[in-house]
Order: sequence, then C-alpha cells, then structure tokens
Amino acid sequence: APCPQWPYCRKRCSYCSFNKYVVPAVDEAAVRACLVREARTLLRLSQVHSVTSVFFGGGTPSLATPRTIAAVLEAVAGAAHLPDGAEVTLEANPGSAGTPRLAGFRAAGVNRLSIGVQVRGAAPRPVPCSPPMPPAATVLPPQSLDDAELQLLGREHTAAEARAAVEAARRLFPGRTSLDLLFGLPGQSRGAWARGLEAALGLCDDHISLYQLTLERGTALAAKVWGGALPTPSQDLLADMYQAARTTLVAAGFRHYEVSNFARKGALSTHNLSYWRAEQYIGVGPGAHGRFVPRGEGSRSREARIQTLEPDAWMREVQSQGHGTRRRAVLSPLEQLEEVLALGLRTDEGVTQERWGHFSPHLSLEAAFGAPGEAAELQRQGWLVLDSRGLRCTWEGLAVLDSLLPDLLCQLQRR
Amino acid sequence: MALAGRTAMRWARLRSPCPAAAPPCLPPWLPAGPVACERLYSSRGKEKIDMSTYPVESIRNFSIIAHVDHGKSTLADRLLEITGTIAKTDRNKQVLDKLQVERERGITVKAQSASLFYNHEGVNYLLNLIDTPGHVDFSYEVSRSLSACQGVILVVDANEGIQAQTVANFYLAFEAQLAIIPVINKIDLKNADPERVEKQIEKLFDIPIDECVRISAKQGTNVEKVLQKVIEKIPPPQCTTADPLKALVFDSTFDHYRGVIANIALFGGEIEKGHKIVSAHTKKRYEVNEVGILTPNEQPTHKLYAGQVGYLIAGMKEVTEAQIGDTLFLYKQPVEPLPGFKSAKPMVFAGMYPVDQTEYNNLKSALERLTLNDSSVTVHRDSSLALGAGWRLGFLGLLHMDVFNQRLEQEYNMSVILTAPTVPYKAILSSAKLIKEYGKAEITIINPAQFPDKLSVSEYLEPTVLGTIVTPHEYIGKIIALCQDRRAVQKDMLYIDEHRVMLKYLLPLNEIVVDFYDALKSLSSGYASFDYEDAGYQAADLIKMDILLNGNPVEELATVIHNDKAYATGKFLCERLKDAIPRQLFEIAIQAAIGKKIIARETLKAYKKNVVAKCYGGDITRRMKLLKRQAEGKKLMRKIGNVEVPRDAFIRVLKRQTDK
Repeated sequence: APCPQWPYCRKRCSYCSFNKYVVPAVDEAAVRACLVREARTLLRLSQVHSVTSVFFGGGTPSLATPRTIAAVLEAVAGAAHLPDGAEVTLEANPGSAGTPRLAGFRAAGVNRLSIGVQVRGAAPRPVPCSPPMPPAATVLPPQSLDDAELQLLGREHTAAEARAAVEAARRLFPGRTSLDLLFGLPGQSRGAWARGLEAALGLCDDHISLYQLTLERGTALAAKVWGGALPTPSQDLLADMYQAARTTLVAAGFRHYEVSNFARKGALSTHNLSYWRAEQYIGVGPGAHGRFVPRGEGSRSREARIQTLEPDAWMREVQSQGHGTRRRAVLSPLEQLEEVLALGLRTDEGVTQERWGHFSPHLSLEAAFGAPGEAAELQRQGWLVLDSRGLRCTWEGLAVLDSLLPDLLCQLQRR
Repeated sequence: MALAGRTAMRWARLRSPCPAAAPPCLPPWLPAGPVACERLYSSRGKEKIDMSTYPVESIRNFSIIAHVDHGKSTLADRLLEITGTIAKTDRNKQVLDKLQVERERGITVKAQSASLFYNHEGVNYLLNLIDTPGHVDFSYEVSRSLSACQGVILVVDANEGIQAQTVANFYLAFEAQLAIIPVINKIDLKNADPERVEKQIEKLFDIPIDECVRISAKQGTNVEKVLQKVIEKIPPPQCTTADPLKALVFDSTFDHYRGVIANIALFGGEIEKGHKIVSAHTKKRYEVNEVGILTPNEQPTHKLYAGQVGYLIAGMKEVTEAQIGDTLFLYKQPVEPLPGFKSAKPMVFAGMYPVDQTEYNNLKSALERLTLNDSSVTVHRDSSLALGAGWRLGFLGLLHMDVFNQRLEQEYNMSVILTAPTVPYKAILSSAKLIKEYGKAEITIINPAQFPDKLSVSEYLEPTVLGTIVTPHEYIGKIIALCQDRRAVQKDMLYIDEHRVMLKYLLPLNEIVVDFYDALKSLSSGYASFDYEDAGYQAADLIKMDILLNGNPVEELATVIHNDKAYATGKFLCERLKDAIPRQLFEIAIQAAIGKKIIARETLKAYKKNVVAKCYGGDITRRMKLLKRQAEGKKLMRKIGNVEVPRDAFIRVLKRQTDK
C-alpha cells in the first residue's frame, strides 16, 4: 500500500506536530513530478505485483489538485497492478472539501474519504503503501462539530462547514467516508463529549476514528496547557470519555476493530489494517515512513524506511536519484515480531496464529506466550486471551494495552 | 587529575611573575635580586634552609579563626604578601584555599599552613600561620591545629558582627588558653560599624575594646599592625631542642609520588632526614626522608627544631598512618604522647551509590583516592535492592558530607546518588540473649534493619548537639518556633548588642541533619548563623517505621525515627512515593506502619486507560523504541509483592530533599 504524503497545510493547527509546511505558494507541478517519480522508484524496488490500497496523507492532501492525485495513481498503476476495487483514501479537510473538488478527487480515482472535523487530522503519516495491498485515500478528519472546540484546535473551518463537508462527502463516497473525532480537549466535559459524539453519530457514515487529544511538544496548544492557560483533563476523565465512546459506538452498531477505530457494515479501513497486520507499505513523499522488502536489490529482509522530512530537500533528492529515502534499517526477526505484537494487539482480531506464523515459522504463539510467565499472568487477570485464533486483548485489556506490551516484550525477548 | 598535581600547577601560575618590589624581609632561601625568581617555582633542587637561625624566642605559632566569609583567607593572603612569602599580585585570592570547593563556598576544608619570615625592630621572626578548617564539623581538626599554636587572630566582619561560628571558634581558642587578637575586618565597607562589633566582642568575650585592630584585609589597611600584634601578644612556644623529639601531627595530605606528607609541630627536640621515628598511636616505625617548612608549598630544610612547624615525609603509605593528633617520637626515646588524640568519629551517615552500576568501579577508585586525603570519612560497603551496590559513608557532619560529595563531582567527575543522611542511634539492651550475641549491652544502630525490638531494649539513645544561633532579634519568634518543632531545648539566650541575640539550644542531631540550616536561613532571610558541637547522647523515644506497598514492607525505606515525628514523616514518605510510582493495572496501597499499626496511607489508583491513541505506519519506529525502553525498564524494576517500583522512585524518595 503506497502512502503518498502531501506535506502542505493552509495553516497550522494548534495541536498538530506532524511534518507539515505552511508556505505561500506550492510549486505543485514540481511536487507532483517528484511524488510520481518516487512512487515509481520505490514500487519497482519493492517488486510488489499488486497494490491493495493507497492512502493520501499529509499535511492536507485535499489541498492538492485532483490532477496530482490522478498522476500518482497512474504512476502506481503503471509500476504495479492496481485492481479496480483497491481502496484509495484521501484525507480531507472540511475547508478544502467542497463538492466540486471532492468530485474531482473521485474522478481521479479516490474512492474513500477521511474527514477531520475538528482537526487537520492526518499529518504526514507515512504514506503506507503495501505491496500485496492497494493504495487507499482517506478523508481528513473533521474532529469536532463544535465551533468553540474548532477554534481551540486552531481549525480553519466552522462546525457548519464541517457538517456540509461531511454531507457532501457522503453523497460522493457513500459508505466510504470516515470521520475523525478528538476528545479530551482542555475544558471539555463528559457531557460535552457525549453531545459531540451524538452529533457525530447523526452525521457520520460507516467509519469513525476517535482519538484522545495528545499534547505534542512544540505545538501552540501544548504550550497553553503546560503553561497553565488551559486546564489539563484528568486521567480518569479521559478514561471515562473513552469508555463512554466505545460503549455508545458499539451500541450504534459499530465494530470496535482497533483502539481508536470503529466501523459498521464492514467498512474497515483496508489500508490502516495493513499497518496493524504488519504488512508491507511504501512511504512516498516528505517524511513518509515505509516497511518493505527491497527485493529489487535482491534483499530478503524487511526494512524500516524514512523519506527526507523537508520538502525542498526531498524534492532535490528525488530529482537527482529518483527517491528521497533518508534512512533505512534492516529489521531483525525479533524486531519484526515486536512490531507484529505491538501493532496486532491494537486490533480486535489481535495477532492471529496465521499472521504470527508468517513472521515466526519456528516459534509458535503458544511456545512464546503459553508457558507460565507474563502473558499467562495477564491472561489470568483478564487482560489477554490466547486461544486457537491467536493472541488478543479483552475489552478491558485493550484500554490498558500500553501497560501490557512491556511485559509481553520482556517475555518475547527471553525466548 | 591528582590533587597534588593541580595544586602545583596553580602555584606555578600564581607565582610566575617576579615580585615587582623586594619584600621588606626576604625569605632566607631567596637571595636578593631577580635571578632567584626561577627557583620560586619549584621546591626541588633548592638550597636547603638552615632553620637553626630561628630560636624558639623568635617563633610565633598562630591561627586565624573566623566565621565563614568574614575574611580569614583574604587576611592570610595579605600576610603572605607582606612577608614576601608570595608575590604581591591581584591574583592572590584565597591562596591557602586550594580546593575548588573551598574557593566556591568561601570555606576552608583542608587546612594549609605557611611559614612567614618577618623582620620586626631588627629581629628576624619566624611566624607560622597554621590554617584551620573553618567549620565545627571539623572541630577536632581545629582543636588539633590550635594545639600547635600559642595564639589566634579572631576575625570578625565589621558589618555582620559576631556570628555563630565566631562564638564556637572563640571558645575553642579560649579553652586552649591561647592569646586572642581580635581583628575587625572589612572596615572599608559602606555599612561597616566597627564600634558596634567592638562592643559585641567586649560583651561576649570580655576583651577590652582597645585591643581590637580595625583592618581592611582587602585593601591591606592596618595589616602590618596585625603582624606586630602577633609578635607582641602571642608568646613564643615553650619548649627546647634539648628535650627528646616530640612532634604533633596536625594535618596530613597524600601525594601520589611521595606518599603521606604529615604536617607537624615540634614540641621538643629536633628532626632531620635519616631519623628513625615512631608513631605513638600505631607504634609503627619510619625513617624520615625529608623535612621542611611550608611556604605554603613544601620547602625542604636540613632540620626542624623545637617550636617550629613544618612537614615530614617518612614512607607512610596511607593517611591513616599519620592520624591527626598523633605524636611522633624518636625510636627508642619514647615520650608522653600529647593529650587530646582521638580517632575521627563520624556523626552523619549516608548511603552512596553510583547513578549507573557500571560506574561502580570508577566510583570505588575515586572514593579510595579521596579518602586518602580525608581519613575522617568512614567507608563501609553496602548494598540496596533498589540502588545496587554502594557504600555507607560516615562523615563528621553535614558540611563535611556536602564537601565530600562536591569534591567527588568536581575533582573526579563522579555523580552519585546520596541517600538522606541518618545519625548513629544507640540502644541499651535488656535481653540477656542479645547482650550475649553482641558481646555488650550498648550497641550502635546505623542500619534500621538492625534496630532491636523495644521488648529487648531498656533505653534507646540519640546523639545531640549544642547549637549556637546568632540572629537579628526580629527573627527570634520564628527561630524559637523552628527549634521547638525540632525537639530542641533552649539552654541560653543572650542579647549580644541591641539588635542581635545569641541562642543556645540542645538539639537532637537527626533533627538538623536534613534541612535545619536551610530552614533557619530562609526564615531569617539569610541573617541567622548556626553552628553546633557534639553534646553526647540522650534518651529518646525511638521507633522503627516501615513503608508497605500493598502490605509488603519495602526494606530500603525503613527508618528509625522519633515517635513524635512518625506521623509527619510517614505521611511525607507515602506522598512522595505516590508521586514516584507509576500507575499500574491494579490499585496500590502505600502505607507507613509502626509494627502492625498503620499511621499513614496513600492510594495509587489503577490505570483505567493507558493506550496511545494514534498508531499508524509513521509512528511505529518511535513507538517501538519507547516500548522497548519500557520493557528494559521493567527488568530493572524492583518488585515488591506484585508492585513494580522503578529505581528512580527510590532515588526520588531516598534522596536528600535539597537535591530535588
């Protein structure tokens, strides 16, 4: 699944620490040419035959023209097979997602939208692009439907615009529009969150991502909270908000398929699942991350790769050598298993026997975690389940996964 | 770098330009004229001085004593300059204070001495300035230094007046029956009020006002007059070369190349290279390799004679072989040892651990090297389940501990975890079985784990000190309240002038070891001064307090405390621990207990949510790094029952508060 990054934003959101750039004018033709060239180079390097998803992240990829999106998709299709049904997601910002523009994206090949209602949302996540998976585009998250909250987050759109954008998106991408919501905003009450969630349920399609606001160093919002200008929500309040949201969404027919992701009618994000299943993905664009085997070089080893962060430098590198890979590191078998575990347990299916076996042909899940030790103890306490399907968190365990993982890694490292 | 090497370098720098003008009386090793300048830089290869030209009558042995920052070292600098001992430059600042910590804190830790040559009314005098540590943590060292003197210069700041340490130092000199020359320093300061200080001196020390000398050591005003007073008022030492050798060791240092250098004062006889000598304390025999005077670096001489002060090198390998207060005599000519010798007695103990266990060996060798120069620190290996392998160190007092720690950091670049200081308690055993086990009825308790149960003890004892506080009177109320809170008993209260009060309190030592001085300074805006001296042991209602995590005791947090302080301390420890332990998957009860009785409790709630919200492809590398670090951290955690306690939680709880 290739994950092309569009690193530019119109303005800086108060909470966002992603790799993004607010510049007066973007030379879109040049960026486009580089995205196309890098996608081609890396797909060839990976020797992926068929792409399952493409995800356009950012920055704010909906600020790019549909022409750019189309060009990248053509390049992907040219370098590998891109089946008709492959998920192509674009992250969209309500402020840059009017109907004509969205229609343009659809015509360019986008078939799924992720809208950040509150927030700019997806920053340059590495654009994942996994070989046996097609690229997908998601819509950028809306994040909030409350004007005051939007203002706090520094979003440039209003709640009404967010609503209009979601409605427009649903008309164009029925069943394939995802909404991003944030909770735990400074000063937000349980009641306000419950109302926000109700409003989102009234508006949403079949996919919702909800994130606890994470204060990131270097953001305006964090500076305000840490400086005491804004209140910090308590740990207990955040936990209550999360539990309330899980319960509400499940009651509304959503499957809680990942820590922060909910889907109904099978509208899971194929692309994001590829991360949690530790499949291959190719990061394209400034600051994009990737995980794949560069078979084109004759390698058999999975690598962690990062593209150059700063757009101008990245472009120069792509122009001179075809790609802007800044760092690559071979992942050891243990490191790969650690990732399989840390990511897989975020999903409701957990780490399946099959997935584990793919990465660990010689040490079964039972052999690794069945014997007396940390996992058995966590299982006894009701946080984990290990059975014939695989290893996964219980409902309660999922909420405290980060307290379980260090123990599991310790146990794995002893093997 | 070795201390000796550094010192030599500093001297080279300090002394490099030739003195611009010839000093009034040239030191005997320095022929007139600039040709001799080069020779100043090294004590080696020089012509040896004949010390026989200085008979007892022309010798004066004296110390300068003062409260911190009252100008003792500056006065010493001036005296050294006037007598031509060192060149006069504006770089002579605290010349005798060689350690970085001494210069920074304005204190003297390691006494340095210097022989000054001064011509007064046609007579060449040998004036031995015997420096003393300026703090009563080192009162034993001070008393030994003073016992080599016949007089002292008591320096008092013209602005600050008499302070607690002035009082303590005065009594040391007074009890030793030394001549006392009161000197009022810093008269150049705008707020100087020498009249007031003179009255204080008269009232408190019973010294007539007209005996005080007003000076400015900084500007050199009246400093010559001080020298004249030294000659006039301080008697020469009462001893003769005809007696057998009797030499007091009043300090010792360690040199990597030459071994122990002992500073000695001769109370009789003479000493020279080749003499066979014996230590009265260790009974060990040595052959003298070198004797000389300190100027203030070592300057070899042919001999040293009765009444003189200098150094001796005699193949001693460790400073413990040249213990302060020991007497040296000639082999087969034993003498009655000089009175007052005792081995250093540590009064404050603290655990010391390397921040990182891989640093253990480096810290060990740094400790070994530092204790080579400071035999008063006791070192015992210790280990803690939480902090790893380390030592339990005994210090003479709090300042001594601070200084030692600072020297480790500055001179050996070691950073360490120092646990909250404790004091040595005692117990009088009543159980016949225990008495038999210990072989005595009175035992000293340093480690809470050895605290004997009340049932087998007739009495617990705690060390006390007699504290002197001098303060402007407006702070009296607050200071009395502080002292009462610290279980102190007032012994004396005296107005030393219209504005200043001297208070004397009997204080339990453990009440002052942690933060008493800081509290006193902060509630008096820095104006109150404090000093203390050992006042023996007193009966105390002591108990052992345990800290429990979900019912399981945490061995390293057990403490011996006074019953009255149990509740407050227990609450404080529980609160600190609550902040230091991360939330876990279950609730944790943090309790302080005396026996079976719980006296304080904090509850650390279970995690209800702990999972990162966003985790997609881009975040993985950073995320895995964090998780792996946490997994590594798990391995280092101390498990108490099912509760995992990170090492730094213990550090945060055990560490002294001032290091927060």
